[in-house]
Formats: sequence, C-alpha cells, structure tokens
Amino acid sequence: MDAMQYEAPGSVDEAVALLAAADGAAWVLAGGTDLLVQLRADLIEPGLVVDIKGISELRAITPENGGFRIGAAVTGAELGEHEGVKAVWPGVVEAMELIGSVQIQGRATLGGNLCNASPAADSVPALIAAEALCSVVGPKGRREVAVAEVATGPGETSLGPGEIVVDILLPERPARAADAYLRFIPRTEMDIAVVGVAVSLVLDERGVCAQARVALGAVAPRALLVPEAAAALIGGTVDDDALERLAAAARAACRPIDDMRGTVAYRTKVAGVLARRAAGIALARARSE
Amino acid sequence: MATEVKELKWIGKRPIRPDGVDKVTGRAKFGADLTLPGMLVGKVLRSPHAHARIKSIDTTKARALAGVKAVVTSADLPELASEWVPAGELQINFRDLSSNILARQKVFYDGHAVAAVAATSAALAKQALALIEVDYEVLPHVIDVVAAMQPEAPLLHDDLFTEGVTPTPETPSNIAKRVEFARGDLEAGFAQADAVVERDYTTKPVHQGYIEPHAVVASTSEDGQSEVWCSTQGQFSVRFYIAKLLSMEISQIRVTPSEIGGGFGGKTTVYLEPLAVLLSRQTGRPVKMVMTRAEVFRATGPTSGAALSVKIGATKDGTVTAAEATLRYQAGAFPGSPVQPGAMCAFAPYAFETFKVVGYDVVVNRPKVAAYRAPGSPIAAFGVESALDELAKRLEIDPLALREKNAAREGTHAAYGPRYGPIGFVETLQAVREHPHYQAPLGPNQGRGIASGFWFNIGGESCAMLNVAEDGTVVVVSGNPDIGGSRASLAMMAAEVLGIDFERVRIIVGDTSTIGYTFLTGGSRVTFATGMAVVQAAEDVVRQLRERAAKVWEISADAVIWEDGQAHPAGANAGEFEPLSLRDIAAEAGKTGGPICGNASLNAQGAGPGFGTHICDVEVDKETGRVTILRYTAVQDAGRAVHPSYVEGQLQGGAAQGIGWALNEEYVYDEDGRLQNPGFLDYRVPVASDLPMIEAVIVEVPNPNHPYGVRGVGEVPIVPPMAAVANAIENAIGVRMCDLPMSPPRLLAAIDNGG
Ligand SMILES: Cc1cc2nc3c(=O)[nH]c(=O)nc-3n(C[C@H](O)[C@H](O)[C@H](O)COP(=O)(O)OP(=O)(O)OC[C@H]3O[C@@H](n4cnc5c(N)ncnc54)[C@H](O)[C@@H]3O)c2cc1C
Repeated sequence: MDAMQYEAPGSVDEAVALLAAADGAAWVLAGGTDLLVQLRADLIEPGLVVDIKGISELRAITPENGGFRIGAAVTGAELGEHEGVKAVWPGVVEAMELIGSVQIQGRATLGGNLCNASPAADSVPALIAAEALCSVVGPKGRREVAVAEVATGPGETSLGPGEIVVDILLPERPARAADAYLRFIPRTEMDIAVVGVAVSLVLDERGVCAQARVALGAVAPRALLVPEAAAALIGGTVDDDALERLAAAARAACRPIDDMRGTVAYRTKVAGVLARRAAGIALARARSE
Repeated sequence: MATEVKELKWIGKRPIRPDGVDKVTGRAKFGADLTLPGMLVGKVLRSPHAHARIKSIDTTKARALAGVKAVVTSADLPELASEWVPAGELQINFRDLSSNILARQKVFYDGHAVAAVAATSAALAKQALALIEVDYEVLPHVIDVVAAMQPEAPLLHDDLFTEGVTPTPETPSNIAKRVEFARGDLEAGFAQADAVVERDYTTKPVHQGYIEPHAVVASTSEDGQSEVWCSTQGQFSVRFYIAKLLSMEISQIRVTPSEIGGGFGGKTTVYLEPLAVLLSRQTGRPVKMVMTRAEVFRATGPTSGAALSVKIGATKDGTVTAAEATLRYQAGAFPGSPVQPGAMCAFAPYAFETFKVVGYDVVVNRPKVAAYRAPGSPIAAFGVESALDELAKRLEIDPLALREKNAAREGTHAAYGPRYGPIGFVETLQAVREHPHYQAPLGPNQGRGIASGFWFNIGGESCAMLNVAEDGTVVVVSGNPDIGGSRASLAMMAAEVLGIDFERVRIIVGDTSTIGYTFLTGGSRVTFATGMAVVQAAEDVVRQLRERAAKVWEISADAVIWEDGQAHPAGANAGEFEPLSLRDIAAEAGKTGGPICGNASLNAQGAGPGFGTHICDVEVDKETGRVTILRYTAVQDAGRAVHPSYVEGQLQGGAAQGIGWALNEEYVYDEDGRLQNPGFLDYRVPVASDLPMIEAVIVEVPNPNHPYGVRGVGEVPIVPPMAAVANAIENAIGVRMCDLPMSPPRLLAAIDNGG
C-alpha cells in the first residue's frame, strides 16, 4: 500500500516525461470527474497522478482556419461560454454541456471525456460527427489522430504509454451547416446516456443535404459512425421519408448490451427516435443560418 | 385541553430556524465529523452472497496484521432469545437485530455484516477485511415476495411458523405473519355494485435515500462506561438497543445525537453503533465507523417491495359497496415488514361499510426493511388510489367526486378500528376542487391525476426542559433529533407560552444523560408530543415566575397573572405594582428561591390523524416512455402549522420522494441476488431539475388534543404520489400502469403493447 504520487507540471513535455518515466500505473488527471470516482471505487490504484490543468496551452481555445483548436483541459463550462465555438459547432458544445451538473461542468474536460473511453461519453459522438482530429503528444513526439480512433473499447484507448491528448481540432464549416446532439437518460441530469445521437449536416443553396455524418453513443463498445444513416439524408431535402430511413439505419447499426440502464430493444428503438429528432434540430439550425 | 382562542404571537409565523446558520456555513457537526485522540477506524466485512451458511470464519491472519487492534464476529455478541420486546412505540426482536448486526449461522442477503475490524488506519482496516477467511456454503435464495410465499421456495429461517393463522402451521415458511381487518358481508357488497375494478399491483423496495451515510464514534472506558456519538433519529433507542444487544446497563451508555443529514425512518434502528462500542470495548480506544454509500444501499433500509391485489365495487352514484385488498410485503431478511400499518391504512381515508384487508409479512433475501415515512401506507395507497381512479373512470364520475362521496369525516368508524375525531380529509378534497391547478388546461399527451393518503401520526413519551438564564433568555432542551425543523417549532411554542421574543429562546437537542427519556423522532410525533412537553415545561416556568413575582410583591401567587412576558397583579385587589418582566425576575432569581427551571414529562395521547390529497400533471413522451412532471400540488391538513415553511418543506419533500418511488427508484439484483446499483448513479432518486416547484397547500383543522391544534405532517405527503403519477399517466395516454417504477423502458413497453 504505497502512497500515491501527485505531480502538476507546467508544460506538455514535462508531463510526458513524468508519465514516460513512471513505472507502474500512471494516470493523467484533468478534471478528475472520472478518475477520482474510479479511485474511490477501488477500480484503479495509481502510483502516479499527473495533473494537466496547470499547462496553459491545454486550457486555451484558439481559432484556426475558420475552425477551433480546443485544449484538452478546457472544461465544459468554458466551452459553453465560448460564443465562437457555439455558433459553428452547437452540437459539440451542447453535448459537452450535458455532462453532469453545474459543479461537474466546472471540472469536466473534453479531453477527459474522450480519454476515459466510456461508450456512453456524451461529447464523443458529437466530435466524431464533426470529424474532429486530436493531437497526441508522447515520448516519440506529436501525431494527429481522428477522434473516432482514440477509444478502442470500454475504458480502452489507442494511446501509447506516456501519450497525452493535448488538443482537439474542430474544422471549418461552410455556410448552411449545423450539428446537434441528443441523448436519452431517465432523469434530466446527473446520469449516463442510455443512447446518444449526433448528426452533422451541410445543406446546399437549394436546401438539399450535401454532406452528413451521424454518430451513435452507448449502443456499442465505442461510439459508432454510421454512414448508412448519413446516406439516408444525403441528396434529399431531409423530408419525413428520409428521417424514417435515417431512424431505420440508426436502429440497424445498434449493437447494444442489455444492462440495468437499458435493454437491447429499448436502446435500439430510442436510437431511431433520437436520430430523427437530432436530425430535425440540425436541419432547423442549418436552415436558419 | 384546547386553550381559549387568543391572538398568537409566534405560532404560524416564519422565523429563521435556529440550526440554519450552522447548516449553510458548514459548521454543523454531522455523524462523521467527530474526531477523538487515539481514534481507530472500524470497518465491516459483508457477505457477497444472498443466502449462505457460514461454515467457518478464520480471523487469524487479519489479527496478525500490524495495526489491527480488534476483530469481532457474532461469537462476540451475547446470544439473545427470540422475543418481541417493547421499545417505546415499537416492538423489537433483539435476536434478529443481533443477527442483522453480525450474521450468526447464515447470511441472508448480499451485504449482510459478517465481521468487523478496528485498525489504526482506514487502509489497514480494509486490508484486514481482505484477510478474514469466511467459508460459505451458498444456498438457493429468493428475493421476490410472491416466489418466497410458495411452498417450494428456499427457506430462510427453519423456525419461522406463520403467526396469525389458526392453527399455527406445522411446517416453517417464509410467511412470518398474516393480519386481517374486515367488516361486513363482502359478497353481498360486491353483488350490489354496478362496477367492480380488480387489479394486481407491484411496488419495488425503495431506499430512504438520506444524504448522510450512517456514522458513529464510540468510546468505552476501562470501567465499562460507553459514550456514543452518532447520526440517529433516536438517541434513546440507540442507547436501549446497545444495552440489550451487548448486555449492558442502560446508565452505562451515553448517546449524543449528531446533526442529522436525513433519516426518513431509516435511522430509527442500529447497524454500526453496537459494533463500534464492542470494538472500542475490546481495544480501549475510541472507534469511528462510517458507511460508504454502497454499504448504505446494500445493508440498510429500505422499505418493502410488495405485490398487492385490490378489488373495489361501487354503485352508479359512486357509493363504494365493498372493498378488498391482499397485501404481500417483503420484510427482508427478518420478520417485520410494515404490512400491518399498511393494512390499517389501506382504506382509512374512506367511510367504507364493507371491506376486508389481508396482509402477509414475508421474509426474502434482501436487507431487513427499516421504517420509511408512513411505513406501509404508500404501498397500499398505490393500489387503492389507482383502483379508485379506474373505478371513477368506469362510472364516468370525476375522481375527486368519487372520493368526496366516500370520504371519512368526524365520527366515521375508521376501517382500522377507532372513530375519527375532527379530521381534515374532506377539507383537503375541497381545497383541491377550489385550486386553480385542478381546472388548468392540458395539452396533448398531458394528463392529470389525483390521489389521497392517510397516516395515523403518533404521540408517546417525551420530556422537555426549559432553563432560564440570568439575563432572562431561555434554553430549551429537547430529546428529539431535529430532522424537519422541529427546533424552530418547539422554540416558537416556548416563546408563545412565555410571551417573549423568539430570538430570546435557544434550543438544543440533549444527549441521553441531559434530558429524560424521549421516544425517537418518527411517526410525525415531535411537534405534537414533544411540542406538548415544551408547552408544559414553559407553563411550569410561568408558574414559577408568578410565584417569584408574588414573593417580591409579597402577595399570593394566585394574585399574579403572566401576560406578554410580564408578571402583572391580577387586578386592583391584588395591589398596585409595576409589571416584572422575565428579565427582571431572572436577574433576581437567586434572591427569590434560586434558578428557574421548568420541566415536563408526558406520554402524549390523541395524535390527530393526517390526510392529504395531491394533484399531479404529467406529459408523456410516447416514443421514449419518459414522463415529465409538469405541475404538482400537495394539499394536507396540518391541524395547525406552527412554522408553515417547514410544513411546506415536509409536503414538498414527501412528494419528491414519492415521485422518485413512482418513476425510477428500484434495486437491481443479478441472478445470484447481488445488488447491481448500490449508488445514486443507477439508483435514481429525482434530481432538482426533474421536478417542478411543488406547491404546498396547508389546510388547518385543529387537533383538539394539542394546545395549539398540531397534527403531525411528516409522513402523509409520501402516501399519495405514486398513484397520483400513475393516474396522471393514464389520463394522458390511456395506459394504466400497475407496476412500479414507471420507468421509461417499462412505460414504453406498456405503450407498445397497447397498454
Ligand atoms: C456526477 C457526474 C456526472 C457525470 N455525467 C456525465 C455525463 O452526463 N456524460 C458524460 O459523458 N460523462 C459524465 N460524467 C463523467 C465525466 O464527468 C466526463 O467523462 C468528463 O468529461 C471527464 O473529464 P475529466 O476532465 O474530469 O476527466 P478525468 O477524470 O480527469 O480523466 C478521465 C480519464 O481520461 C484520462 N485523461 C484525461 N485527460 C487526458 C488527456 N488529456 N490525455 C490522456 N488521457 C487523459 C485520465 O487519465 C482518466 O483515465 C459524469 C461524472 C460525474 C462524477
């Protein structure tokens, strides 16, 4: 029963060095809203905890080529107050803002939500639908990776030893583009998504859907991109018929588990319902641009 | 006993509660906040099995670990006989209580305590638990109440023979008791009915959900004196239970209740307290024990889950001609579900001539149930109030009118026995009828339901003490932990009698050695019974003040009256004297006979029964099964609201808990009988954003047996919500839900199956 070591470095390089040098279990600590819960529940026993909240570049939101680079340690509350990101990627921001409660929002980060690799993480389907990229820095340097590639299964990531996510890049948007995220929980907050659906779409001048991406959360071991669901939208005006086909494709893509939070049948049915509703919201947003 | 009506200065006002500042600043000391020098940490080893025989427990390795100071098992507890012993208003079987605190031959549920350790740190205590070797023989288990009643069900106790049936059965079963309340010819009653509704309902066990986990510090000295600090609803109960369980003399134990972070009935029994005393006795050091949230869920509370059948018939005009109910309540591991009060409450709001209620108390492999607000009544009411709603629909009568037609009034021979004195049920129905909520328009997929509820309320034994300080301020000592604002209402009653400013009265909750025996905070009794004791103790002070003034004035005490906080000569014949205030008399008390101290001890009789009626509006999302509570109004007769804000708080809190019970709260067990959701993430009590502002409407029909007309209010408000929500859902979408909780997956399945 050795004592846990806590470090709060001021730079990414220092953080990476600490993590790489640690033998035994080393964990990155961002907001701690997952990590501390797991620690208390005896699910993890870290020898070293590296707090990244003191690294200024991880706390910044920077406009970049019409898009935004969001530091991995930016909190939900900070993102929610950023009018720029909100205007361009309302679905990503609303997904992040759904996490927890006011108190949790002050701590929880986008990077933590991603790296915790919960199949039910709320921001992840929205980031996948947004085709977000993240920068990963490790002992071997820096690499860019699609958000969809970070989680590999429940609690499992593709990050190597000593690697940390430093930021997430949300790309530029054309005109008449919007996204939306909806999740189902039995309560109104402080709960885990039974199903989450993100829809991102772009309309052309005639109002025909030119591009779309649809991602589902909590219905498979990791968030899923569902091209068949997007295909139901692309090339048409997103009418009722298209929304029904979208719902059917979303249902067909579900590979959920039966657990106390939802049965297979329930999750599958609600995935279709939310896909239709989320697409409706994204459409209305894109049209009002 | 009612005093003549006169202008009241404090009763009915809303002063700031005496415990408020400490609570909002974080200064209040809760169960886990005490730390003593040399204190050890105690922890409990719990069964991973729902039902198993303990073949052996080997504590050798745990004892050998450095820093471990004691390890105890049931072998360290005295063996007690199985008998029901009166404890205040309760009956306790101490053999069962002992076996719940540390399992003897068998464990009966996942989480059942098996051993306890005390060590110098939490980490060491945890390590020690892992070193205790328990050899279990796993037995088949049963957690469903109907399954447990079958002859072939796994048997929990081979010495349990159903009570209340003649002749007593020759074979043991899981049915601990059968109760029955009946009157009139049921068959003839149903024959007269134009419509009969007959339904089966189920409810799930629900936890009291107090925010503060159980916590205790015990310190036992070399001469056997034990001091205990804990979060409890009754310090005197804790003292008595420890004495019984550990074979101690009551006077050897002093129990100080901490500030309490919620109880709702769940802190009327003991879990850790005797273990902490035992461990501290063995180590000679103070021992602190605090449950984790998972332990709270696995091993404490809840109230019963149940399966009920209800049948009610009425004529076209809505007159109920017969009503029948069968209630099957889970007791948990040991007998003692609240099925008897449930059976007594089932038809209590109504003046039914012909009825029969049968109740069964059934043991199952779950934690032993504990009291939870109006124990037993909400479960019965879910069935009865749902059936009445359906009956009203069948007869095309307004559900409120059906209740008005059959409502119990003063003089009604209550279904459970007595004749009612003045009660306020009809007044709650009238308030609902007159409330704008009842007529407000509804949108698509929205519906409105109403339901009523009853609770006896109790009185019982209480003491109170009032000490007058040298400057004329007053300290009240009560024996009841304050879980609902009772310090405010008790201090207000003292100020009222003394005729002084509320600010000049302070109040504390005494420990078992500073105040006389006071039955626990429960049964909605404190403002009624302990309030009456405070009034009498204050009157005792007034009597002494008059005597002191008489002495100063050299006249007879009969010639002195007490008015507006001052002694006055009774009239011109008594002589001409300047009035003497409480402050004046207190300053001179030493010269007129010594300190002024008022006392009262009583056994309060005549608690006024409580009735409430709730209105609930919902909106149903028919594609997901999610229910949103749009608007909620809780109406209740409070007799007399001493501090209306805290009465409203009780109404709102009870409604909130009932809504949780209705919509989402349930225990999820796996097939091995292990609890899957021992935490607030997946045991879903409502969060603030789930609820609208709950409007509380207080009706006042005074209880003639209390000086200010008080009735208890804390329990009734959890009785109506489950049926109110179910009735609203039915009204919204035409789907009748008979099984709780009405969670989204369950409601969606019912919608998809066409109701
Ligand atoms: C009450 C409550 C409610 C919640 N509600 C929701 C909800 O509604 N929806 C939801 O999706 N989640 C919810 N969560 C979970 C949690 O809040 C989110 O996942 C949050 O985004 C995690 O962020 P964090 O900064 O707190 O992560 P941390 O707990 O600090 O870290 C989480 C994991 O990611 C790793 N990590 C963190 N940052 C990095 C990085 N930059 N690089 C590499 N690894 C990293 C950590 O080592 C750890 O394993 C809730 C949690 C609580 C306690």
